[in-house]
Amino acid sequence: MTDTAAATAPKAPERPGRLREFWFYFRENRGAVFGLWIFAAFAFCALFAPLLSPYDPTEQFRQFTLIPPAWQEGGNWAFPLGTDPLGRDMLSRLIEGARYSFFVGIVVVTVAASGGILVGLISGFAPKWIDTIIMRIMDIILAFPSLLLALVLVAILGPSLTNAMIAIAIVLQPHYVRLTRASVLSEKQKDYVTAARVVGAGRLRLMFITVLPNCLAPIIVQAALSFSTAILDAAALGFLGMGAQPPTPEWGTMLAEAREFILRAWWVVTFPGLAILVTVLAINLMGDGLRDALDPKLKRS
Amino acid sequence: MLKYFASRLLTFVPTFLGVTLISFAFIRVLPGDPIIVMAGERGLSEERYRELSEQFGFDRPLVVQFWEYFTGVLQGDLGQSFVTKKPVWDEFFALFPATLELSICAMVFAVALGLPAGVIAAVNRGKFFDRALMSTALVGYSMPIFWWALLLIIVFSGNLQWTPVSGRIDLIYYFPDPTGFMLIDSLTSGQKGAFASAVRHLVLPTIVLGTIPLAVIARQTRSAMLEVLGEDYIRTARAKGLSPGRINGIHALRNALIPVITVIGLSVGTLLAGAILTETIFSWPGIGKWMVDSIFRRDYPVVQGGLLLIAVMVMIVNLTVDVLYGVINPKIRKR
Repeated sequence: MTDTAAATAPKAPERPGRLREFWFYFRENRGAVFGLWIFAAFAFCALFAPLLSPYDPTEQFRQFTLIPPAWQEGGNWAFPLGTDPLGRDMLSRLIEGARYSFFVGIVVVTVAASGGILVGLISGFAPKWIDTIIMRIMDIILAFPSLLLALVLVAILGPSLTNAMIAIAIVLQPHYVRLTRASVLSEKQKDYVTAARVVGAGRLRLMFITVLPNCLAPIIVQAALSFSTAILDAAALGFLGMGAQPPTPEWGTMLAEAREFILRAWWVVTFPGLAILVTVLAINLMGDGLRDALDPKLKRS
Repeated sequence: MLKYFASRLLTFVPTFLGVTLISFAFIRVLPGDPIIVMAGERGLSEERYRELSEQFGFDRPLVVQFWEYFTGVLQGDLGQSFVTKKPVWDEFFALFPATLELSICAMVFAVALGLPAGVIAAVNRGKFFDRALMSTALVGYSMPIFWWALLLIIVFSGNLQWTPVSGRIDLIYYFPDPTGFMLIDSLTSGQKGAFASAVRHLVLPTIVLGTIPLAVIARQTRSAMLEVLGEDYIRTARAKGLSPGRINGIHALRNALIPVITVIGLSVGTLLAGAILTETIFSWPGIGKWMVDSIFRRDYPVVQGGLLLIAVMVMIVNLTVDVLYGVINPKIRKR
């Protein structure tokens, strides 16, 4: 345990070495590698959805409504995972749904992380009173349960996937602010920062070039974990009717549409949820591996 | 100690003000004029509109309105629901026991399974049990609980017909509810089968709501136990020849509990967020469902008041955890 901690300490000489070292530790965690593969498949589905899906996800085959999966009695190999109540192909809709979830994850994490890092940096470097104000504002946002706040924000902005993403990004952002600020405050004490300041580095250079790269490890881990939170929350909002609107094949929205059929057609309920679970699980596995490889300090949790 | 307590309390005040300000701001930012929404399909004359806007104080400056709202909040006046015309405060506390009962059951479920799972995993570190338990915990942690609820309904309500799909108790039972907790009230009512019915209604929502806290507690207990098991005093205990059960159960677990208790305290927010989904799916008449329904009905005073009360509750719990943590661990106090 302590050996690995010493080896991954940020003493690594140059970039390629550091990357290879990271991969060495990441590879050790078999779950993380497994998660990475699933995530790659998910990303592949998202990128090439129109090529992969057998049908248009909104095309309705009226004579084939609620067909069970192919291996079940009454199934049809033309629709491997069956069809939904409107006769749309489940497989095509699930593949298309990967697009929305992937998109949500990328956008939410980018917005929340860049905003949060910037505010956190400012908070760490600014005079105490600004820092206090920023942290109180973050406390206020964190006082609301995230899903509830997102729900109310979407109610204000109007239900749509874009607004759901904005709401989730706002709700997730304080975590980045706190994380960045905490790392900045501890890095600022260190000798190399003092050295840079003595040499005459300006404040902006200190913030973005000297300190920020050394704060990135926990932020990257947080980014991976909030990618999965974003997907879950967007699906939950879709499920409550406050996210993507039908007929969008977003996984949460699909579940909401399928609710009344749960006792008659298990497949319309099972597959979209399974897709969410597998994706989120893969990302969380990857996140655990990332944390172990990047941030030996956090290894115990 | 007092100084620490005072400083924690001082940060509470601006946060409370901010939370009030945000929930106040929501009603002004929401699309659509609240008075027109309230009038509904019928519409209303210009005269009546002015009358109502005067009655609600919408015609006065925002600062004055906020001051009145804020002083009202301090006196427990959160306005009236547009739909039921009842005070928001009364509605909230009429429904709150249902959410509290569900949350307590979910937490008991999570702690009762999560603590032993974490301890077993830590003691068997790296072995089969550890891997199996931690993989399960990760699955639970990644679970979209609204889907989990639907799956459980398919299996236990649909195929096995063991549990009902919605509500808190079968409609054939009727009794007064002095405590608001269905488990207690059904027991004291003395009606045959009422308690069993309440339990059957409670099982699935409890599992659904407790799943994520269960996973978090199991993971946290394991890591806290692992850390403690590496300490010198555990080696000493082992050298003294104490039994493994005594070492793990008494020496290690007790010291590992501190971070675990923090996690339990901090998951109150998670529970309330989960209650929104769980209560909606199981038609559980609690705060979560009430909030969702009010959002859809555009019942602004309810959304506003509910948001504020929930946030204040989360803040109070967090403050309590903070203070308790300071009591247990003097190192924190000095910071």
